[in-house]
Amino acid sequence: MIEVKQLYKSFNGNEVLKGINITMHEGKCNLIIGKSGAGKTVLIKCMVGLFEPTKGEILYDNRDFVKMSEKKRKEIRLEMGMLFQGNALFDSMTVEDNVRFPLDMFTSMTRKEKAARVDEVLSRVNLVGAHKKFPSEISGGMMKRVGIARAIVQKPSYLFCDEPNSGLDPITSIVIDELIQEITQDLNITTVINTHDMNSVMGIGDKVIYVHEGSVHWEGSGNEVMTTKDKELDNFVFASKFWKHIKEEQQEEQQEGKKP
Amino acid sequence: MNFFFHLGRYTLTLLSLFTRPEKAAMYWKELFRQMSLIGVGSVGIISIMTLFIGAVTSVQFAYQLQGNLIPMWYVGIIVRDSLMLELAPTLSALLLAGKVGSNISSELGTMRISEQIDAMKIMGVNTRAYLVGPKVLASVLVMPFLIVFGVSFGIFGGMLVALAGTSGFTASEYVRGLQDPIRDFDTLVMFIKSVSFAFIITSISAYQGFHTTGGVVGVGEASTRAVVYSSIVLIIADFLIAALLL
Repeated sequence: MIEVKQLYKSFNGNEVLKGINITMHEGKCNLIIGKSGAGKTVLIKCMVGLFEPTKGEILYDNRDFVKMSEKKRKEIRLEMGMLFQGNALFDSMTVEDNVRFPLDMFTSMTRKEKAARVDEVLSRVNLVGAHKKFPSEISGGMMKRVGIARAIVQKPSYLFCDEPNSGLDPITSIVIDELIQEITQDLNITTVINTHDMNSVMGIGDKVIYVHEGSVHWEGSGNEVMTTKDKELDNFVFASKFWKHIKEEQQEEQQEGKKP
Repeated sequence: MNFFFHLGRYTLTLLSLFTRPEKAAMYWKELFRQMSLIGVGSVGIISIMTLFIGAVTSVQFAYQLQGNLIPMWYVGIIVRDSLMLELAPTLSALLLAGKVGSNISSELGTMRISEQIDAMKIMGVNTRAYLVGPKVLASVLVMPFLIVFGVSFGIFGGMLVALAGTSGFTASEYVRGLQDPIRDFDTLVMFIKSVSFAFIITSISAYQGFHTTGGVVGVGEASTRAVVYSSIVLIIADFLIAALLL
């Protein structure tokens, strides 16, 4: 479980996060949504330690990440995996080397054990036969899968995904969403996803957190988003004609159901 | 103010290299990879440059000595000592500031803007130690060999001029000069310069690349700064070493 308590972050006097309070549970996909510039990326970067919060607490199973030393943080980092928006795969390494890197760096596994684990995670993300390819030789969807494989290779307790669907076609986006959801449930990990994609919100949003101007404006499940009365969230989620239409259809069905 | 900020951050970056590696084998692997890239990858360009530097130096000193009472075999001594004390270490270092320095800076800069460094940090890797340390150490280890190689090629360049017989000194005169005893201290100065320059080039370039901001344009700017700053600092260091030791 991850708890964020009264988290503030400022850049040169400009307050980006204004007292964020959220709780994220294990085995669930926790989605952070919000407009561009709302503070989603800053929030996730504070959570993984890429930014230092101005004040507040980030508790990983009651261990305060903000206050602890860098040495202690390293222990928690070994329990983290992260999928970056641009994948952040190491260009000079093959797919296999990318996935094996955390094992090479932090474990005392034998070469055989590492190879078996790499095979296991690559087949888990449905990526077989790409071991020797370089990131420049594979598609965007495959890169995401490699990124996921690298993030889960050490069996993390916490998985962070920064816009996992960016740059992907709708079908591949759904596949990646489903993969993240399956992994979250199978490994019982706490997954935090920063996204703009409403398909993800409706499809895998066990918990949805709407961040608006640096604060948590709304919390609920993906299904509750459809019936929200909150105007700000409604404007954001149903900005597209497609989702507006879906919502109207759903409301009509409900009204027809109520008629005698 | 800005200068002191960068000086402080540069110092902190260097201090962070002295930490216990997460896994020594990975650092060794990276060290040997960098030694190959910096060392073996630079042999060709160093050979060509020093070969011609040696040839030009011999032609010019032979020209200066003509009509004087100084015997022509002095060309051999002058070429050898000039190469050892100044030309090979300094010109090679300036050349490597362009080749190796810009390469290191752009590699780390690209890793920074594509979040590869962040990815390593989140995994728990001491990114400064892993990405900067092996580069600095590799260059410090291979640079003396490159310079010895360069001096040898420079001397060979002078010999080619002597064999051509167009500059007024013979091969036997040139060899006679080369056989004049080498002062141990000169050799020591050559190695001090080699190691110092290698450290300056790689540490400044790595610092610039590691702290790149501003996307692709930032990578280009960091690369330019790496070459310019390391060239300026190594010329100043060249003077200081000469003034203090010679």
